[in-house]
Amino acid sequence: MKKVIMGNHALSYGAMLARAQVISAYPITPQTQVVELLSEMCADGTLDAKFIKVESEHSAMASCIGASVAGARTFTATSSQGLALMHEMLHWASGGRHPVVMGDINRAMAPGWTIWSDQNDSLSQRDTGWIQFYCASNQEVLDTTIQAFKVSESLYIPSMVVLDAFSLSHTYEVVDVPDQAKVDAFLPKFQPYARLTPQKPCAFNGLTSPEHYMELRYKLEEDMEKVIPAILETGLEFERAFGRLLTLADENRCDDAEIILVTSGTAGYTAHVAVEEMRAAGLKVGNLRMKVFRPFPFDLVRRVLPKARKIAVVDRNISYGHHGIFAQEVKSALHGHTDVPVFGFIAGLGGRDITPATFREIVDYTKSHDAPEENIVWIGVKK
Amino acid sequence: MKKPKKFTLTLPEEELVGSGNLACQGCGANLALRYLLKGLGPQTVLCIPACCWAVIDGPFPYSCMGVPIYHCAFETAASTATGVKAGLDMLGETNVQVVAWAGDGGTYDIGIQALSGAAERNDDIIYVCYDNEAYMNTGIQRSSATPYGAWTTTTPVKFFKDRPKKDIDAIMAAHNIPYLATGSIAYPEDILKKVKKAKDIKGTRFFHIFAPCPTGWKSRPEDAVKLARMVVQNGIFPVYEVENGEKYTQTVKVKEKKPIDDYFKLQGRFRHLKPEHLQTIQAEVDRNWAKMLKKFEG
Amino acid sequence: MPKKKRDAKKIVFESVNDVPKMPMSLGSMLHNKTGTWRNIRPEIKLEDCIQCGICWKFCPDMSIVIEDEWPVIDYDFCKGCGICAEECPVKCIAMVEERK
Repeated sequence: MKKVIMGNHALSYGAMLARAQVISAYPITPQTQVVELLSEMCADGTLDAKFIKVESEHSAMASCIGASVAGARTFTATSSQGLALMHEMLHWASGGRHPVVMGDINRAMAPGWTIWSDQNDSLSQRDTGWIQFYCASNQEVLDTTIQAFKVSESLYIPSMVVLDAFSLSHTYEVVDVPDQAKVDAFLPKFQPYARLTPQKPCAFNGLTSPEHYMELRYKLEEDMEKVIPAILETGLEFERAFGRLLTLADENRCDDAEIILVTSGTAGYTAHVAVEEMRAAGLKVGNLRMKVFRPFPFDLVRRVLPKARKIAVVDRNISYGHHGIFAQEVKSALHGHTDVPVFGFIAGLGGRDITPATFREIVDYTKSHDAPEENIVWIGVKK
Repeated sequence: MKKPKKFTLTLPEEELVGSGNLACQGCGANLALRYLLKGLGPQTVLCIPACCWAVIDGPFPYSCMGVPIYHCAFETAASTATGVKAGLDMLGETNVQVVAWAGDGGTYDIGIQALSGAAERNDDIIYVCYDNEAYMNTGIQRSSATPYGAWTTTTPVKFFKDRPKKDIDAIMAAHNIPYLATGSIAYPEDILKKVKKAKDIKGTRFFHIFAPCPTGWKSRPEDAVKLARMVVQNGIFPVYEVENGEKYTQTVKVKEKKPIDDYFKLQGRFRHLKPEHLQTIQAEVDRNWAKMLKKFEG
Repeated sequence: MPKKKRDAKKIVFESVNDVPKMPMSLGSMLHNKTGTWRNIRPEIKLEDCIQCGICWKFCPDMSIVIEDEWPVIDYDFCKGCGICAEECPVKCIAMVEERK
């Protein structure tokens, strides 16, 4: 059924259709609408779930983990400072093999205190062992949330579905909200690997010596390496069930491009618009909008990007003392596979607008240089 | 052998804590959990944060327990338990008691936010703080449960703990939870009675159990139960229950309050205290005791 | 409650495939004979015992078991803390030097 809903509500609908059983969340701008709608859905019976109104994000993730080990399907959502507060528990969820699904509204880290979008909050968590999906449309948010439960629960690895603050979270779009019955057929009940129950007593997470820790973590990585095949497989299943194919990335005009932009989030959709404008002006540009960051899609990047003469990665984030995070990871994936130069651009931090003009500036720079002059080419900074 | 007579059992015989665990000799915490589980029975799950019991249970891949445990992060005993209860309820396993079992550090300090949150929401969990009055698992550092005058590794003798023990029971009573109780391992029948009472109450139930630590208190292992008895009989640790934040009932009566000196003499952590310190402490104990008696009168 | 199987085994993982996906326990601590911790051991003089139950009640390590209505020390696990001797109302438990 088609509805006009905001990005945040697409997350709520995703969690509702997935029949999340325990939702535990703390409010933070710009996530609040996600949990407000879920709270209403729990109150009026649309969703049969317990909604725990916790007193902090750290407790939100801790109680999701508790509910998950009890055997329930769990969901939460947060942003920026809240995600950072949860950091310890993100490690706990992945190390404990709890398939929690979480919405993260990409919001820049304070100080300067801000509510607007950039990717540092979620990318700071890239080492915690969570799957990371980056969405650019409300439809994608709803679909990916349902898919995330399926992928996470099949491999016992938690995932986060990431949306830009305001440009996605608060934008209204037409969304095809699937039938509950069809979602039930696509996503069966959660089958925990093991549960906390007196019927089968055991202790989880006892003190682990050097003799055992590495094997436990090896197994997490072993399963992480099955995530991309699982995303591809469930993406095809999703197409069969709902008519929409879910993929690892949006490849727009990459086959014959001389310059390929690498983007993510809503900036990736803006890049599509810019690519069309530049193509009309005779520039052979393409755009690879990445939808999955963890696990990193090495094969995809190595297949698509070496076709170009130059690669321009646009990061809405920065790893201080290094450079843009997508740029670093693209470079590392391409190392040994191609000599095509990779340009790293940083734009849009703290919610500064990324427009088609931004991409024209980026492509102009890339065209006029054989190689980047620095690791970071800053776009839009008042220098 | 005398003529056959029945062995007197004042507690249920079933053990849900196993031998071979890693508790020190004479560990009060070992006794405390043993008693709690005798009261709750096998339909119980425990959430245990960082504390002595995180280690006592045994390392991966072992557990000494007859009930399931989730070892959780330090500050999350209450929040994990809240989540577990919600999850079990959604799965229809509504008769399982979910217990957060934490030390004083994980309750008074780092865990107090989650505990206050759960209590304010009246989440249907039993929260038990076993109190050995310092961060014992990490090597005897002071917590806000450490009593005035005590040596710990972070309050060395020249700078012994100069703040009084935080009154966690008053804090929990202020949350108006349906039931809270203090207890001491020297009075296991009292603990059992309260646990059985709490079992039938819905909402947040809080227990504060005094559990001596010979290792951290520099006392003899064989004195553990004796110290837990003395601390009640000299008025330092009153044993009572509070219903709905208002009705205070003393459950272990103290016929004649003893002076504190003998209790302090048995513990190396107080050895440096001078007579004037003990006088100050005695005066404070007397004052607090008088306040407590007023609460019992209602 | 894990029954006191005297031969509770140590768990050894031959390969990563034997390790469970979730860090969870697979056995009890009964392989860990804490009786080796003792320097002194309790000895109950049963002729003087009044079967009051106090020693059983206060043993932190569940190492006093009831056999035919009498307390019996489980020397495999008794850590020698001395609480039983201290609390016995008729002082019929003596703590003696552990034999090597």
